Amino acid sequence: MTPHMLTRSLDRGATIFLLVVAALGVLIPLFNLLLPAGSFLQVPTYLVALWGKYVCYAILALSIDLIWGYCGILSLGHGAFFALGGYAMGMYLMRQIGTRGVYGNPILPDFMVFLNWQKLPWYWYGFDMFWFAALMVLFVPGLLAFCFGWLAFRSRVTGVYLSIITQAMTYALLLAFFRNDFGFGGNNGLTDFKDILGFNVQAEGTRAALFALSCLALIIGFLICRAIVSSKLGKVLIAVRDAESRTRFLGYRVESYKLFVFTVSACMAGVAGALYVPQVGIINPSEFAPGNSIEAVIWVAVGGRGTLVGAALGAVVVNYAKTFFTSGMLAPYWLFMLGALFILVTLLLPKGIVGTFNAWWDQSKEKRTAASAASAAAEDGVTEPKMAE
Amino acid sequence: MPTKLSARFCSFVLSLFLIAFALPAFAGPFEDAVAKFANDDFSDTEEAVGVIASSGNKLAFPIISALQDGRLMADPDSKKVYVTGTDGKSIDAATGEAVASVPDSASAVRLNNRLRRSVDAALGSLTLQSPDVGTRLQAAQSVFKSHEETALEAVDAALAKESNKSVKTALGEARAAILLFKSDATEVEKLEAVATLKARGDQEAMALLTGMGDQPPSVTKAAASAISSIQSSLAVWSTVQNAWYGLSLGSVLLLAAIGLAITFGVMGVINMAHGEMVMIGAYTTFVVQEVIRTRYPGLFDYSLLIAVPLAFVVAGAIGVLIERSIIRFLYGRPLETLLATWGLSLVLQQAVRTMFGPTNREVGNPSWMSGAFELGQITITYNRLWILCFTLAVFAILLAMLRYSAIGLEMRAVTQNRRMAASMGIATSRVDALTFGLGSGIAGIAGVALSQIDNVSPNLGQSYIIDSFMVVVFGGVGNLWGTLVGAFTLGIANKFLEPVAGAVLGKIAILVLIILFIQKRPRGLFALKGRAVEA
Repeated sequence: MTPHMLTRSLDRGATIFLLVVAALGVLIPLFNLLLPAGSFLQVPTYLVALWGKYVCYAILALSIDLIWGYCGILSLGHGAFFALGGYAMGMYLMRQIGTRGVYGNPILPDFMVFLNWQKLPWYWYGFDMFWFAALMVLFVPGLLAFCFGWLAFRSRVTGVYLSIITQAMTYALLLAFFRNDFGFGGNNGLTDFKDILGFNVQAEGTRAALFALSCLALIIGFLICRAIVSSKLGKVLIAVRDAESRTRFLGYRVESYKLFVFTVSACMAGVAGALYVPQVGIINPSEFAPGNSIEAVIWVAVGGRGTLVGAALGAVVVNYAKTFFTSGMLAPYWLFMLGALFILVTLLLPKGIVGTFNAWWDQSKEKRTAASAASAAAEDGVTEPKMAE
Repeated sequence: MPTKLSARFCSFVLSLFLIAFALPAFAGPFEDAVAKFANDDFSDTEEAVGVIASSGNKLAFPIISALQDGRLMADPDSKKVYVTGTDGKSIDAATGEAVASVPDSASAVRLNNRLRRSVDAALGSLTLQSPDVGTRLQAAQSVFKSHEETALEAVDAALAKESNKSVKTALGEARAAILLFKSDATEVEKLEAVATLKARGDQEAMALLTGMGDQPPSVTKAAASAISSIQSSLAVWSTVQNAWYGLSLGSVLLLAAIGLAITFGVMGVINMAHGEMVMIGAYTTFVVQEVIRTRYPGLFDYSLLIAVPLAFVVAGAIGVLIERSIIRFLYGRPLETLLATWGLSLVLQQAVRTMFGPTNREVGNPSWMSGAFELGQITITYNRLWILCFTLAVFAILLAMLRYSAIGLEMRAVTQNRRMAASMGIATSRVDALTFGLGSGIAGIAGVALSQIDNVSPNLGQSYIIDSFMVVVFGGVGNLWGTLVGAFTLGIANKFLEPVAGAVLGKIAILVLIILFIQKRPRGLFALKGRAVEA
């Protein structure tokens, strides 16, 4: 990524967004660690973890916006990539527990001892090394997305059909991961983590660092997305979104473009999941539930599809509202609100918050320039011909 | 006079005295046996069971069945034994008189495994000659299972009197089972027994033949050939059974998917709230049954007949409302429709949860839907059979409606060419609303049927939505026949995979197969042919 590409890809909104995320990523951990407890500005540790979760969701939303907003692929299975990344990280964390588990087995995680397994299954090999786990966080979701996309895009499964089969994919994975003999902890999933890279997962310092890392990942993810969508490749993606057949007839290999962006997006979702797991301390099969993936899509819709900033913003806003409403006396009404949000956003706010704001901003800017042009023209005494141009 | 009177009085008191104290001495073997239960000794209990079973007393059956269920209470202090009925009332076991309550010192007569077998055998022979055919059949089957030698006489006696054909067969099989294990039975008898068991030909017969122990060589040989013949017939029957289960699952899938085949297949609307329409139908059934239970208990058997049209109207009306208020603004934007209807499904689920509570509600089976019958080696339950018939009927009616009625014609016209239909004077938006209402109403009807085999809870619909979409997409969008074939194919494939791979893996395999299949034929099994580049 050259500096030129970077500057070209950043408009004013994107710059503000990056600055805000960077500021949060630095200030929240600092306020958490350095200020004394009870101080006005001190951020409690639970809030750091909570906002860390929101930032991970924002990365997931970003990955969905990249394919839905710019390429028109509505995936209802992105929760699966997120969860797969999370499981890869969870497996590393499980291996780090070592002899501190309930059964004290140095190699086998507790649930395998409990199920009377004699040795580690082959697909758990290597997860005691962080670099391998980190690689798998990218590789597993990426590979699944590549295979899935290669089959689907080549045979031109588009639109709703693609949405439905991605949903079937995450549902099949949900069923598979619920099985005990699948080797990923079944119903309970992976939990009870001790430390990551030698640091205690529960410690304040580790949580603050994870938060800062999540913000960094969000920034990097955002820059990658911006670079993709503002490049020539991005223009082709938008062309695919708006008129797939025409793009194909113009000689572009639509399926390759789609496959590339789908795989990148799945890797991003995997990273989001990997950062999510140490911060919430558990990963279980319910992350594969089709409802989760659809909910992630609505974050993007609320924020504004095809804006990237909006996707991240939507994820934070909706999840903040969820935390706010489900913890109070309004809890029984949260699902009504979430449902209404789905309906109202699609009916009344199809561009989302950021999209609507952008449209309004452009319109008022146009008005202002038109007004100033008109007043300037009036002063110059020139009226009609200028407009006719 | 007074002396005479006093003498009579004295003799009366004396006789009372005698009755009260000497009665145990006069008591017959039956009463003695009953008293033995109070000794809390296993061998005494066994003896008592034997005597009571052969006593011919009418209390024998209630006593022994109470013993089996742990309802026989014995008081070690007074040596009295009581039978506590399933209705909570108690009788004195020796006399059969009702008693107000069983004393606290009484405890249930204990059994061990050996005793339990002789109790089963005793019960079996006791009921072998019951006037009720069902009881006799059950008794014969329980003798078959226990194959206690002691029951042989009772079986022979019953066999001589029996006139009912199926009971006679069952008795013959019970006799064969006993003879096979009887050490002093002749070889001819044993060979006959093997032949009888071979004719029975089920899992239990095979278990008896494999576990019969040391036998003369000719019997072992006959048993081996019988086992192999039973095995091959069982394999055939298990295929038939899988096919039946598959048909049954397919009918459920079809029922859940027909409504979707209309809204998604014919109109192109992705209705994620389809499952909630099914749920609403199921809750309509619940409400109908509640009203019947409280007001008109006699009508319970007709509850489903009342619920079907009602569910159609309720779900259909909600469907029309949804179409008018949400979906009509989203035509041509399928992905947005998907999101909005998903939101709607959340709202509907939560609304039902608020109204009816989050737990399962009980919906009963009417008498004509409960029970089962045997067909060869497989058991067919009436509710599954009725659902299969009902599904096919709904399908046929729907097909006929689309083909022959005026509104059906309009629906097809609008689907095929909206602008041309509008030019011909068809009110397309009205047709849209009605079509969506029809799809939703049929989902409601599906809910009535599914309430009979599934839990009626706010999550009912969610468990069907993915399957329904799979069926419609697999069968081919816009083609009702495709949905029919798709549903039954998936149902049967699922049930044939299940014994091999297990229920969950089978389901996963089906999902993966569908995903792969869609790559091959993106428009489903029976795709509509057309020249459109983007459908």
